[in-house]
Amino acid sequence: MDQAHAHSPVPGGPVNFYVTEEHEHVHSGAGTMLGFWIYLMSDCLIFAVLFATYGVLGRNYAAGPGPADLFDLSLVALNTSMLLFSSITYGFAMLLMERNRKAATLFWLGVTGLFGLAFLGIELYEFSHLIHAGATPQRSAFLSSFFALVGTHGLHVTFGIIWLVVLMVQVAQRGLVPENKRRLMCLSLFWHFLDVIWIGVFSFVYLIGVLP
Amino acid sequence: MFGRLSLNSLPLHEPILVATFAMVALGGIALVAAITKYRLWAYLWREWFTTVDHKRIGIMYVILALVMLLRGFSDAIMMRAQQAIAFGGSEGYLPPHHYDQIFTAHGVIMIFFFAMPLVTGLMNFVVPLQIGARDVAFPFLNNFSFWMTTAGAVIVMMSLFVGEFAQTGWLAYPPLSGIEASPGVGVDYYIWALQVAGVGTLLSGVNLIATIVKMRAPGMSMMKMPVFTWTSLCTNVLIVAAFPVLTAVLVLLSLDRYVGTNFFTSDFGGNPMMYVNLIWIWGHPEVYILILPAFGIFSEVVSTYSSKRLFGYSSMVYATVVITILSYLVWLHHFFTMGSGASVNSFFGITTMVISIPTGAKIFNWLFTMYRGRIRYELPMMWTVGFMVTFVVGGMTGVLLAVPPADFQLHNSLFLIAHFHNVIIGGVVFGLLAGITYWFPKAFGYKLDDFWGKLSFWFWLVGFWVAFMPLYVLGLMGVTRRVNHFDDSSLQIWFVIAAFGAVLIACGIACFLIQLVVSFMKRDQLRDWTGDPWGGRTLEWATSSPPPAYNFAFTPVVHDNDAWWDMKKRGFERPVEGFRPIHMPKNTGTGVILSALAVAFSVGMIWYMWWLAALSFVAILVVSIVHTFNYDREFYIPAEDVARAEGARTRMLAGE
Repeated sequence: MDQAHAHSPVPGGPVNFYVTEEHEHVHSGAGTMLGFWIYLMSDCLIFAVLFATYGVLGRNYAAGPGPADLFDLSLVALNTSMLLFSSITYGFAMLLMERNRKAATLFWLGVTGLFGLAFLGIELYEFSHLIHAGATPQRSAFLSSFFALVGTHGLHVTFGIIWLVVLMVQVAQRGLVPENKRRLMCLSLFWHFLDVIWIGVFSFVYLIGVLP
Repeated sequence: MFGRLSLNSLPLHEPILVATFAMVALGGIALVAAITKYRLWAYLWREWFTTVDHKRIGIMYVILALVMLLRGFSDAIMMRAQQAIAFGGSEGYLPPHHYDQIFTAHGVIMIFFFAMPLVTGLMNFVVPLQIGARDVAFPFLNNFSFWMTTAGAVIVMMSLFVGEFAQTGWLAYPPLSGIEASPGVGVDYYIWALQVAGVGTLLSGVNLIATIVKMRAPGMSMMKMPVFTWTSLCTNVLIVAAFPVLTAVLVLLSLDRYVGTNFFTSDFGGNPMMYVNLIWIWGHPEVYILILPAFGIFSEVVSTYSSKRLFGYSSMVYATVVITILSYLVWLHHFFTMGSGASVNSFFGITTMVISIPTGAKIFNWLFTMYRGRIRYELPMMWTVGFMVTFVVGGMTGVLLAVPPADFQLHNSLFLIAHFHNVIIGGVVFGLLAGITYWFPKAFGYKLDDFWGKLSFWFWLVGFWVAFMPLYVLGLMGVTRRVNHFDDSSLQIWFVIAAFGAVLIACGIACFLIQLVVSFMKRDQLRDWTGDPWGGRTLEWATSSPPPAYNFAFTPVVHDNDAWWDMKKRGFERPVEGFRPIHMPKNTGTGVILSALAVAFSVGMIWYMWWLAALSFVAILVVSIVHTFNYDREFYIPAEDVARAEGARTRMLAGE
């Protein structure tokens, strides 16, 4: 965006009412980063609703199991570390993307995807364990809001992984062209955003949940 | 195979619906036949359905809104007729099962599929022109948003003839909307229509914010933006900050209905009031999403037809921003009777009353703009004055309702119904009709006919007062909303008066439609060659009517709040040579395909056809991914084409 002062009229001098040089309102990605940020903030609000619901309903056990009976903190710690590692490796991928090293970027993106899959695998294991123990989403409002919050996060990670694979194919096909760099930037924001949300889930649901 | 859909789901035993279906089917067949006869399908597909041009998308939004207005208004007049006759021994002609669907559909359609598309359509059309841009920030997303909104409307319309609609009221409070009390498909239609349309609304919100923040012409600082652009910015901020809450709360309601979770049930620790809180955290900002752009329209109209700079521009901007923020702090006033206690109710009562301060400031700004102005009472100005008189009354009854003790009496009474129709019709609808009249010549190159427009205005204005003042009276007497039969026949006269008012409004709508037809027939007399028929002040009047695809051959440079007024005053010479090729986005059919798949997905979910839901969900993913493999999304309009279009305009301006 051109700045206003560049065109402000000189008192008494001729006034420009239009841009004569090529003033490109570039369509490709003029506001993509801003737009994607705004989208992420709207997504953040969905999580805010789920956190609020958990906050209100999270102690309504309906004579069923509570967090202290259900959560295995060491498993959750392992799970958390998978997601945190995946954020670090995504960071490596972005650093290498800046240096236009396609193969290395793809390698670290692949590693990120594997960490993401590991996270999802552990989460699914935890869910199936809970369901087998009778702690189903239908059992109580606490479990409903727990599964909704953690499950929505897991769903986001799933879509993140699909997106990651698509981008890896596109980078492999076309290389690190500006469009692909922009897309990788967006996914980067998305991926780190999920990390931040998970830290909220980890502290608010798991850590506080098992406090006596 | 067909889930719970069977022949019994078709309302063949309801003569009203069968007749309606016959009419709609005949009309539809006639339309399809006409399009086929005149070989318009290819043209429509190429130039309209797949377009990424913000102006055409804006126009399609407005058409969608007007079609849905007819549906929503038919519901209204049916309710008024029922309530006017269903007294004592007479049961009226609508059984409760049908009546409950009608008031639900009326609310849902008027808010989500009339007011919202009309607001979004006008913003889409006007904002890029006002800020001197060539398109919105994400043109494909814009097309996709429109089609998702349309898909939502299609789902609602489908419920009229296949199955049923929700019988829960427009916000579908649980436990009534839970699976036990509403086992049918009605609430599912409601949920999926809103979810699909909500995607469109949210994305268009993101799109317009990015457009306004990133794509303003050089020199247009935030405090030089036209007021309509300001109110659009605030509205879209509200959309992005409110619609995700609706999405989330409807997902939770769906989980309760489909999976058997216990968020809003009365068992196993669920809490229905959680739903009511969450949905109003979306719902209250929603009413400001609708009214703020209307305030923007009135600001443009008042200063244009008073030939005067808007009085108190910065106070107008700050008032808009304050309303934006306060709209998040008042949601609990919709259910003071929940029993949150005196302190909570006082807090929300006071914040609600505080909102009237910035709103009042706006009214005074408009009045002071008119003061000593050279006022021309063109049609948009009449709507504006009609608005000021009507809206102030609605605002005052709102402040009355904001007092918790009074609200305990008036909660869910017809007084409330009268209040919100007073502000929505008197504010939003009058504003949008003013906006349509004001910008119509810009969109189509000819003005709307004055005679039928004035007739429409007077019918609407008088009709509104006649239809809703009786409801204030009835509300004060304690009559509640959503009732389809009354025992006390002394109330009947008021309902008859209200029904007469609804008929007057029907005449207003008819006059508006006639106005569109008459203006089209008389378009050569009403033609606007200048691109600036009203003596406009902002940049949309700087280009031709209708504007070329690229809006501005050269991007304007802004020095003043009223950029175009400033240009005219200082002897701006329109450039006639030196044109360059212009970079523009390409059309795409992906938006149409994705939205069609979203309808298929919703049908699958509503009727428990799980295979269809799964299949269309996968298809949505695949189509989206395939779309991202298309990197060739832009093209150049060659300089010769620009020169040809601008040359034609030069000759037009010279009167040749």
